[in-house]
Amino acid sequence: MTEVPRHDVRMLIVDPVSRRVAGAAFADLPAYLDANDLVVVNDAATLPGSLAARTAAGEPLELRLVGALAGRRASAIVFGAGDFRTRTEDRPLPPALAAGDELELVAWSDRDGPAAARARVAARSPVSPRWIELDLDGGADDAWRAIYRLGRPVQYAYQREPLPLWSVQTAYAARPWAAEMPSAGRPLTWELLLALRRRGVAIAALTHAAGLSSTGDPALDAALPWPERYEIPDATAAAVAAARRRGGRVVAIGTTVLRALESAATVEDESSRPIAGGVRAGAGTAELVITAAHRPRVADGLVTGVHGPEESHYRILASLLDRATLADATAAMIEGAYQPHELGDACLVLPGALAVTERRHRLA
Amino acid sequence: MEIRGTAALVTGASRGLGRALAGELAAAGARVVLVARTAAPLDDVVATLRGRGTDAHAIAADVADKDAIHRIAGQAAALVGPIDIAIHNASTLGPTPLRLLLDTECEDLEAVLATNLVGPFRLTKVLAGSMALRGRGVIVHVSSDAAVAAYPRWGAYGVAKAGQDHLSRILAAELDGSGVRVLAVDPGEMDTAMHAAAIPDADPATLARPDEVARRIVAMIRDERGAPSGARLEASTWTQAEATP
Repeated sequence: MTEVPRHDVRMLIVDPVSRRVAGAAFADLPAYLDANDLVVVNDAATLPGSLAARTAAGEPLELRLVGALAGRRASAIVFGAGDFRTRTEDRPLPPALAAGDELELVAWSDRDGPAAARARVAARSPVSPRWIELDLDGGADDAWRAIYRLGRPVQYAYQREPLPLWSVQTAYAARPWAAEMPSAGRPLTWELLLALRRRGVAIAALTHAAGLSSTGDPALDAALPWPERYEIPDATAAAVAAARRRGGRVVAIGTTVLRALESAATVEDESSRPIAGGVRAGAGTAELVITAAHRPRVADGLVTGVHGPEESHYRILASLLDRATLADATAAMIEGAYQPHELGDACLVLPGALAVTERRHRLA
Repeated sequence: MEIRGTAALVTGASRGLGRALAGELAAAGARVVLVARTAAPLDDVVATLRGRGTDAHAIAADVADKDAIHRIAGQAAALVGPIDIAIHNASTLGPTPLRLLLDTECEDLEAVLATNLVGPFRLTKVLAGSMALRGRGVIVHVSSDAAVAAYPRWGAYGVAKAGQDHLSRILAAELDGSGVRVLAVDPGEMDTAMHAAAIPDADPATLARPDEVARRIVAMIRDERGAPSGARLEASTWTQAEATP
């Protein structure tokens, strides 16, 4: 599987109301949205969260950061020897770590070389011995410096070469909170964002600490997605309320945005007036796990990657689509050879998107 | 833009105008990230700013290094939040004494372009998207009269600065209406190490002080009417628009 260039991403359109499915280019997105609509993106930058390390006894490890640092404290999943080229489920188990253990961080390019930074295990999760908290040496500035000097993006075995950090960033990324790229926004170029604005579509951001998608540890993977931190600015909560008032649709760019919006759902707007499908501004932790039974209260539409029935993202599609439409969409993805995985093609689920056949030709 | 509460990034911040700009922004209440190639002098500047009770952070990196750009942007946003003000101040003359263009090594021209033009382009590319999404931001390119006048021996530097001026104007045109302002500012001749390297026999008494120039540039950042996006301003002659209430 190869990375689909950002400008060439295809998009399968699925309309849960008309139950129709059609193929399009991602660059056609503005044609499917109206001046009343609101697009919400996740502006978290992707961390260089994969770190090469070893124990005091010299045993090699990989640490994968679960989210942003809190001061110099990091939360990480520990893998044994090897790197992303080995499938996560095939990676050897790491040696057991305990609070107080010293770890040496090393450069990926020189794993047997001198320690480039040091860290100490602060705690081990009761969920799994592979989930640890660790303190990097020095203060927060030193900790971030070490991570940006030594880390590289978390990636998986379908990629053969290490991804450069720039390749896993969206065009509007800011704070590095995401363990993996909020990838639904990957094809959103500024050409497209400005075209959306020209069309009158509002664009707002939230920051959601998108976590790891796989650890290879059945106990940990069964608990995915874990609680994830998010922050919704006042302006974004107001934009959601405004879209509601003018009868527009709220379109989440990515499942992380959907999770944050649904976790912050409220029935009051910023002035405590009743509103159906508003969101509370502020920081929070998303605990909600979206399943087929969940009925979204805030988001009307979703842009996501292309996912098969074995993936957790499929449950999210099932929350937005009836069974027959989901089956049609899945068949169309297979027939059209849409590229799955986070650097592949896209899928837009949007009520009204395919209500009128001429609609997607309206944009001159 | 009101400076208090913003997050600002200044390149070339270990000395001269960059150091003065970082100090001025920090004093005005910004959380400031200082970028420079060499850690030790940069750490000294940051220690001084912190000693004044301001929020300052050091990132040792070379803006000419492609691989450093996301390291700079990521660390900066982690430490002070999404960047609101970016000042591209780092620049190089290339080898001194300055040479005629026909005597300039191709690699030296490329290195000057990398620091003075391509580096700012790359860093803006990473920082400006978040500014445009949030509808606020100011990007300042520190320019030079060598960007406009054709001074013999200032070829590599002048070409890069002229390119940066135009980079500034095109970015401003593309970001029109986004809430992001893009400026080019000619600071004039200042009493700095760089000026001394270029013109060793200049009389320092005739040169502007970096602190005074930094104050004027920060006033431009505040003054949306007096320093509109796309403008190329001269610090020595610029006057503030009437203060808006």
